Amino acid sequence: MKADVLSGIDQSGKYRRAALREKIGSVAEFVIIPTLALVAALIMFGIFVALFGKNPLDLYYYMYQGAFGTWFSWQNTLTRAAPLILTALCTALPAQLGMVIIGGEGALLIGALAATSAALALPGAPPLTVQIAMACAGMMAGGLWIALAGALRQYRGVNETISSLLLVYIALALLNHLVEGPMRDPTSLNKPSTREIGAANMIGTIPGTDVHWGFAFGVVAAVLSYILIYHTVFGFAARVAGGNVRAAKVVGLSVGRLVLIICLLAGAAAGLAGMVEIVAVQGRTNANLAAGYGFTGILVAFLARHNPLAIIPVAILLGGIGASGGLLQRRLGLPDASVLVLQGMIFVTVLASDALYGRLPFLARKAA
Amino acid sequence: MTLATALPLRAAFAKETTIGFIYVGSRDDYGYNQAHAQGAAALKKLPDIKVIEEEKVPETDAVEKTIESMINLDGAALLFPTSFGYYNPHVIKMANKFPKLRFEHCGGLWTEKDPKNAGSYFGYIDEAQHVSGIIAGHMTKSGKLGFVAAKPIPQVLRNINAFTMGAKLANPKATLQVIFTGDWSMPVKEAEATNSLIDQGVDVITCHVDGPKTVVENAARRGAMVCGYHVNQAMLAPKAYLTGAEWNWEVLYPRFAKMFTSGETISNFYRGGLKEGLVKVSPYGAMVSETARKQADDVKAKLTDGSYVIFKGPLVDNKGKTVIASGVNRGQTDPELEKMDYLVDGVIGATS
Repeated sequence: MKADVLSGIDQSGKYRRAALREKIGSVAEFVIIPTLALVAALIMFGIFVALFGKNPLDLYYYMYQGAFGTWFSWQNTLTRAAPLILTALCTALPAQLGMVIIGGEGALLIGALAATSAALALPGAPPLTVQIAMACAGMMAGGLWIALAGALRQYRGVNETISSLLLVYIALALLNHLVEGPMRDPTSLNKPSTREIGAANMIGTIPGTDVHWGFAFGVVAAVLSYILIYHTVFGFAARVAGGNVRAAKVVGLSVGRLVLIICLLAGAAAGLAGMVEIVAVQGRTNANLAAGYGFTGILVAFLARHNPLAIIPVAILLGGIGASGGLLQRRLGLPDASVLVLQGMIFVTVLASDALYGRLPFLARKAA
Repeated sequence: MTLATALPLRAAFAKETTIGFIYVGSRDDYGYNQAHAQGAAALKKLPDIKVIEEEKVPETDAVEKTIESMINLDGAALLFPTSFGYYNPHVIKMANKFPKLRFEHCGGLWTEKDPKNAGSYFGYIDEAQHVSGIIAGHMTKSGKLGFVAAKPIPQVLRNINAFTMGAKLANPKATLQVIFTGDWSMPVKEAEATNSLIDQGVDVITCHVDGPKTVVENAARRGAMVCGYHVNQAMLAPKAYLTGAEWNWEVLYPRFAKMFTSGETISNFYRGGLKEGLVKVSPYGAMVSETARKQADDVKAKLTDGSYVIFKGPLVDNKGKTVIASGVNRGQTDPELEKMDYLVDGVIGATS
């Protein structure tokens, strides 16, 4: 009897260890496979560049130097990564529900417009009040924008990928209309813009760096999203609905509510990115805002396999590629499009590497 | 080679001045960016000057980082961030951060409250547009001209108006239909606008967008004649290209570089037109008639010696309102022209 109990404990310990081994194995897979894909893309890019008569070793050296080689390069990389973390969440969060939202750019623009309006509506208020109002307005507006795509899918059966993409063009048209019409600063002659929110309302950089606070906001949002998705009942429900909608309905989950809330949160992240662009970079709204952060965010989300924590390093990686792109142009005389080629290669290899999961012999799950 | 060995290397060549160019689009766009890249290419021929270039840099903090990267990693001392939208807040911020370096921005936005090491230059390209318009007015058979424009902002309106007024000197009955595409680089809309203008009987087309390639090639394919913009596009449409209004940065940039290296002060607000050599008119195409050449050359000569004013009263807009009263001459430096918000009589279209 006693021996049985003991052996039972021993058994459960064994299972626990096996489960742990499996977990470590799968985490290792999630690190090793994308890294291999990245290395493969870099080698392919090296060959591509060599075909144009440039030395691939120079290429790798300049890429490293431009992205991570100096303290300045690091700051350059992190600054470029900041908006990408937030816009990537706009795609990654709905992905938990099996939705493909690619309209982060629209939520960013609408968030920026709302944040600017909030600041302009509060002249003379203390900066902190203005900034909080801007953040709330930006997140609300961005959230409602994506929730619109979610609602259209949930209640009218409209494909959310198409509707969120089309909403980008509506957002851009709305922004251009307001900036060139009702909200235009009459002194912005050749560059139609809204009035400025004022230097006092701008947020500075993270102390000791050149990197604005948007990066910190992004990291916090990514961590909170991770906790929400993987460590709360709500997140579990979302993943269940994402895995099998009918099963979720059978167990009594309110899928419509999940869709709307997740879309609201996703849009709020992109709206916050828009607010940060105003309050940390541009100081006013104009066409400069449509810089494509929302679209690059889609790439980041897919490369991170929609894992909110993985978004942080992937955004830094793409920020680094952007930062080193300039050096490649200047030192090697490569056109800007070469950076797009590299991004494309990474995208393809990472997606293709999906086929490797569970098939690498040295990562084989013994317990399975 | 590592950074540590690269730095002393740079110090050893300290006599060399590094000049950085930043473009918002691609430098071979047959348009705005190519015009600047041609200016940069002219600098590369000078001794002791090293030119570094970066293209497709958006008007966000990316341009600040590019500027800093050019300074920190390449040792740039003089920078040309060439796109209009770079200036506020990005160039201002960088000029404050690096007070010993020089920033030359294209667009003419500098004001007294801005940093003294940031300059702004621009060319009165409406003079070249006016001459181009004269050629167009002579060559049109239908009397209908077309203009594909990006946004109804003062700079663009000034070009449209100067072109139309030139055309009406040649053919008082000529009209010009304008279509605004809404943004600087919209190739699909630009092609649609070109087609729709030609469908309406327009036979000479010009434009003010960042890259005129689409408009020029499409118009030529449809059998219309073309007047170019930004750079010479004759090679894109040899049989249709009448003339065009071009920037002449090949002349200005070496001038700036010489002033900079010799320690001469460059005016913070540097402007000029045909007279100062900042803009030029493309060589006329073979099909341009003798009378057209004669009148265009005549006006060009007067603009070059400074005895000709394009915007003078009485000037009526296309809604019948007098915008410049009789007897008033608005010379090129007149600040009123910077606020232009009307289309002159003869233009079909509206600013909003």
